[in-house]
Amino acid sequence: MIYLDNAGTTKISAKAKEAMMPFFDEIYGNASSLHMAGQIAKEHLESARTKIAKAINAEPSEVYFTSGGTESDNWAISTACKFGALKGKKHIVTSAIEHHAVLHVLDEMKKQGFKVTYLPVYENGIVRVEDVKKAITPETCLVTIMFANNEIGTIQPIEEIGKICAESGVIFHSDAVQAVGHVKVDVKTLKVNMLSMSGHKFHGPKGVGALYVKKGTPLFNFIHGGAQEQNRRAGTENLAGIVGMSVALEEAVEEIESTSKKLTELRDLLLTELSKIEHSKINGDKVKRLPNNFNMCFEGIEGESLLLLLSDAGVCASSGSACTSGSLDPSHVLLALGLPHEVAHGSLRLTLSRYTTKEEILTTIKEVKRVVELLRKMSPVWDSLQKGGKHVI
Amino acid sequence: MLYSEKVMDHFRNPRNVGEIADADGVGEVGNAKCGDIMRMYIKVDKKTMVITDAKFMTFGCGSAIATSSIATEMIINKPISEALQLSNKAVVEALDGLPAHKVHCSVLAEEAVKAAVKDFYDKNGISYNEECLKSGECPCVH
Ligand SMILES: Cc1ncc(COP(=O)(O)O)c(C=O)c1O
Repeated sequence: MIYLDNAGTTKISAKAKEAMMPFFDEIYGNASSLHMAGQIAKEHLESARTKIAKAINAEPSEVYFTSGGTESDNWAISTACKFGALKGKKHIVTSAIEHHAVLHVLDEMKKQGFKVTYLPVYENGIVRVEDVKKAITPETCLVTIMFANNEIGTIQPIEEIGKICAESGVIFHSDAVQAVGHVKVDVKTLKVNMLSMSGHKFHGPKGVGALYVKKGTPLFNFIHGGAQEQNRRAGTENLAGIVGMSVALEEAVEEIESTSKKLTELRDLLLTELSKIEHSKINGDKVKRLPNNFNMCFEGIEGESLLLLLSDAGVCASSGSACTSGSLDPSHVLLALGLPHEVAHGSLRLTLSRYTTKEEILTTIKEVKRVVELLRKMSPVWDSLQKGGKHVI
Repeated sequence: MLYSEKVMDHFRNPRNVGEIADADGVGEVGNAKCGDIMRMYIKVDKKTMVITDAKFMTFGCGSAIATSSIATEMIINKPISEALQLSNKAVVEALDGLPAHKVHCSVLAEEAVKAAVKDFYDKNGISYNEECLKSGECPCVH
């Protein structure tokens, strides 16, 4: 099996898996307990926190553990909105290409009377800093813009946006679920108030994540109960998961440069080779993107059938077509790039990991070429284009 | 698995794919915007009014390809009158079921057959009852 859906989820690294094992039946104390077993658990919890903090250049007290990226996003947005509402500020600035863990929370906020400005991303899939500046009003309580997009991998100008938010005194949150462990994330230079991350996107376990909250940023509880996490996020900590995540992140950050170099090469090989397929298009900026993200559209074919045939050939991939998104519309990210529906249906996302080999990439190139040709042969859309129809890409 | 074995079989090994250059009727339904287009070709024996051959071309997901494939099998060597009875339900049953959000693909297959027959009737000046060729509405909202 050639697994190229690492933006979906990753396998746990051997180191992280090994580090987790003792926490199921040896070090199983509750970190809130005063007895010895509890205190040992507590030490491991805090050492994991320190590791996570170091990876993003934060203070350990600024790291709160959560159940994953989704919870971190929900928490960050709801807390900023609650604070905004108290001050009578009910306007949020975001981008058109956020993950649903952000967009659907904002839908909820709209029901509570918040206004949301969705910034466009243009053809390259990147927000313009001047648009952020223009969008901020005295009513704005939150700017939430993702660090790197999960579908097209484009990296947003977070540092510049952070500067503008700091100058305007607006809380800035960034969903960095796809970025942490993949590209350098330094919260000190970024000037973010809050930043979401998720263990399973960098070879840690699923169901565990963290929210960075800069000291001095107002923070309300989102999950109520016990006094865990500085009394801010209730619930007995998932210690095995937290330790696994911290070890995975430490490992990913240690290897970030060599991984990035290797994956950029493999990704560019995919882009170069598959761009040779006629009437295809690379989605998102070619340079300002995650080293592991490939995303292209092939005219005249549909994504789900492409994925199923690739899966038959042993390649696990993903697509933004309507059929794979479970709705009638193709992905909002591809549409935000200005792609027409019929083109967006034919998208293919391949996301690599440090375990991906060149051999796997070469096989994938061959299989994608074969399957695209096969599907085009039975496509009435392609047939019409061949017979003089107007190509869109 | 998302799909039944029967669906996967028709998707992986679609029957009767391609074009009939001298087709007696051609129908195209669907909308590329929605992500599904089916084109159906039929050959008809004008004496017996039996469909002697059918081929299809489809742009769409796995179930769109599978429903068109099985629909061609279900109408070949059938009198037109019988082909017009082909319902989307029969297509779903023949495929051992479809996930709920894919049922519209079977509607499209039924519509493609009807569109090809209508084209044949129109080309040959055969009158017909509009009702028989009516097809359900495209569920696509664009
Ligand atoms: C950009 C982005 N944000 C949030 C999430 C949600 O993270 P999780 O699966 O940990 O809840 C994901 C992953 O699916 C993501 O890619």
